[in-house]
Amino acid sequence: MCLAIPAEVIEVLDATRARVSIGGVVKEIALHLVEGVVVGDYVLLHVGFALGKIDPEEAQRTLEALRALGEPLEDAA
Amino acid sequence: MKYIDEFRDGSAARVVAERIAAEADPAREYRLMEFCGGHTHAIFRYGIPDLLPPNVRMIHGPGCPVCVLPIGRLDLAIDLAMRPGVTLCTYGDMMRVPGSRKRSLLRAKAEGADVRMVYSATDALRLARELPDREIVFFAIGFETTTPPTAVAVQIAAAEGLHNFSVYCNHVLTPPALVHLLETANPEDPEPVRIDGFVGPAHVSVVIGTDAYQRFAEHYRKPVVIAGFEPLDVLQSILMLVRQLNDGRATIENEYSRAVVAGGNLRAQAIVGDVLEVRETFEWRGLGDVPFSALRLRAKYAAHDAESRFAVVPVKARENKACECPAILRGVKRPTDCGIFGTVCTPENPMGSCMVSAEGACAAYYTYGRHKAPAIA
Amino acid sequence: MDTIEPESRALKARTLDLTRGRVDMSHGGGGRAMAHLIDEVFRHAFDNPLLDRGDDQAQFEVGAGRLAFTTDSYVISPLFFPGGDIGSLAVHGTVNDLAMAGAVPKWLSSAFIIEEGFPLADLKRIVDSMAAAARAAGVQVVTGDTKVVERGKGDGVFINTAGIGVVPAGVDIHARRALPGDAILVSGTLGDHGVAILSHRQGLAFETDLQSDSAPLHGLVAAMLVAAPDLHVLRDPTRGGVAATLNEIAQAAGVGMHLDEAALPIRAQVRGACELLGLDPLNVANEGKLLAICAADDAQRLLAAMRAHEFGRDAAIIGTVVEDANRFVSMETVFGGRRMVDWLTGEQLPRIC
Repeated sequence: MCLAIPAEVIEVLDATRARVSIGGVVKEIALHLVEGVVVGDYVLLHVGFALGKIDPEEAQRTLEALRALGEPLEDAA
Repeated sequence: MKYIDEFRDGSAARVVAERIAAEADPAREYRLMEFCGGHTHAIFRYGIPDLLPPNVRMIHGPGCPVCVLPIGRLDLAIDLAMRPGVTLCTYGDMMRVPGSRKRSLLRAKAEGADVRMVYSATDALRLARELPDREIVFFAIGFETTTPPTAVAVQIAAAEGLHNFSVYCNHVLTPPALVHLLETANPEDPEPVRIDGFVGPAHVSVVIGTDAYQRFAEHYRKPVVIAGFEPLDVLQSILMLVRQLNDGRATIENEYSRAVVAGGNLRAQAIVGDVLEVRETFEWRGLGDVPFSALRLRAKYAAHDAESRFAVVPVKARENKACECPAILRGVKRPTDCGIFGTVCTPENPMGSCMVSAEGACAAYYTYGRHKAPAIA
Repeated sequence: MDTIEPESRALKARTLDLTRGRVDMSHGGGGRAMAHLIDEVFRHAFDNPLLDRGDDQAQFEVGAGRLAFTTDSYVISPLFFPGGDIGSLAVHGTVNDLAMAGAVPKWLSSAFIIEEGFPLADLKRIVDSMAAAARAAGVQVVTGDTKVVERGKGDGVFINTAGIGVVPAGVDIHARRALPGDAILVSGTLGDHGVAILSHRQGLAFETDLQSDSAPLHGLVAAMLVAAPDLHVLRDPTRGGVAATLNEIAQAAGVGMHLDEAALPIRAQVRGACELLGLDPLNVANEGKLLAICAADDAQRLLAAMRAHEFGRDAAIIGTVVEDANRFVSMETVFGGRRMVDWLTGEQLPRIC
């Protein structure tokens, strides 16, 4: 269900429209469901709408937690 | 691609998989349900069952809006499409799903119905503006993720006075379905459904927030971990569930913290609240009637409600008797337990809901996993 | 022998309004109108002695050895797309089917079915593009046919091309030669054509500078045969993508295949478009790529030869042929688990779920 992908905001056209890039492919999307979106933000794109923003710090924290999982095993070795 | 590739990293996957194997207690079974069809698809597409120990078993839940749409509701969409003057707009997922008498929207199109595949509800709105002499009906399906865009489209249509735009609403809700799974037991089931914990949907949760699942932890004492959409998210969430079960905890944890917050997307919720209301009951294919589990347009938007506009009469259609989808959707049976799986029933010729969509348990297993023989989790 | 002199051709060129005119039923009627169309559009563009004879058939010497013969019809929509059009595609597709036997493509036929009302300017553009593609590929369109159907009975224009090529002695390439242990190679990035087409389809608009990869591959094949004369299998993964083609070969040869997802060459924009629409690049069409299967010992030499060629720069070894009574094609995912690579029922449709 609910295929949504992270897309980088490259241009905010007005209060309800922005252009985003997914790996270099550019699409115009609707902003009615989010607020305060600026160029450089990453939004979750689903059926042509931004559903929410991706929090870069939380993303980093999640990745670090994943990496930390590796450490106890290395110590044991 | 940022926020995608990092969460598909194979070496990180190995580390998490080793942790799961190390921490899963060999003396017990862990029966975990991933509710969301997108998660089912990811699990098979990345070969995640290969990475799990045999006592950690994934049960594939009914979170696939294409799979749970009753045939009767699809038949109505096809009937609408066949009416002269109607242009039916639909997401690609519904085009090939067979309704009664082997009809489908794709076949209807071949017979002359004006069926258009759209990527977004805004495309349907554009068509309504461009074709003022046609009745544009938008076939709305999906869980809470896909509902806000439909609601926005209705608001825009009302504001612009787009009289020829209406929505055929089939949006469904996640928490009531989860409750239904835990509350109902079918005496004919080979064993009672036992689900130890849930991998919660990623993007539904972006909209409804983690607070929406509190009831499961408190009332049913089942841990829920909201998992991101990528395979590493799913694996990590499985590890978090194993740990909760080992510790005897039952809480809501948010693995997808980069996109999901406790309250969800309040703006989206408000828009949905303005446009839609809960139906008393709704039939889910494979699950039967589920109370308070679906949405319809509020009376104030009746002008844009296809069911009012077109005086649509509900139809109940019959399922194939050999189809085991009801048991599979509840997690009681596996695709390979169904007598017609892979023989009569294939993605080319789907008999039941679990095979019609790429993320139905049967379709996902057939397309990605059947090289493993029946012993798949 | 009646060849049409350039001067008289120029005189005749003024009867059709190639800028604003449209094809009508008389152009398919076999009379003077049709003769003018053939002359001013087709013969003018294809410009070769065999065609200029104006016979109902082309007659020519073929010499000794085996011939390869193929046909394909082209019904693509949109007719014009980034990187090509239905005309250039019609040449490349048929040339490539010959090239997949290791044959040197020589002669093509071209049959057009045109819908009444089709703009002559577009027709000329398509035919000129075909002619340019044929010239670049070193083939000649030596015979053809033109029909016009009533408005509403055709999608603008349909083209069929058939082609004849000569197979060099000692070359024996066909699907059943795939053997367990063989290496599987692809000549470049996957999914470029399919995504370029999608970006121009109604209702899916997204901006990309991706072009179709439509290209003639017989030059690349010739270079490959020098490096590895005993190539086992060649096939171009068009409709259905690499997944369909590898499954076809596996079925025909009675073998299985193991692929390595990390080795698949895919452009970032193709990845992005596929993520956006929920598509799998393995199921997306290519029009200028080939799959090759060779003995394991030949793989590195073959890869080097491909990469040295203009149409093989991004070539890669993507997997191995294995023994498998089930004839499954499976893939080690970037994530570490293994999954089937199945061929789809029909065309892949974008999904929201």
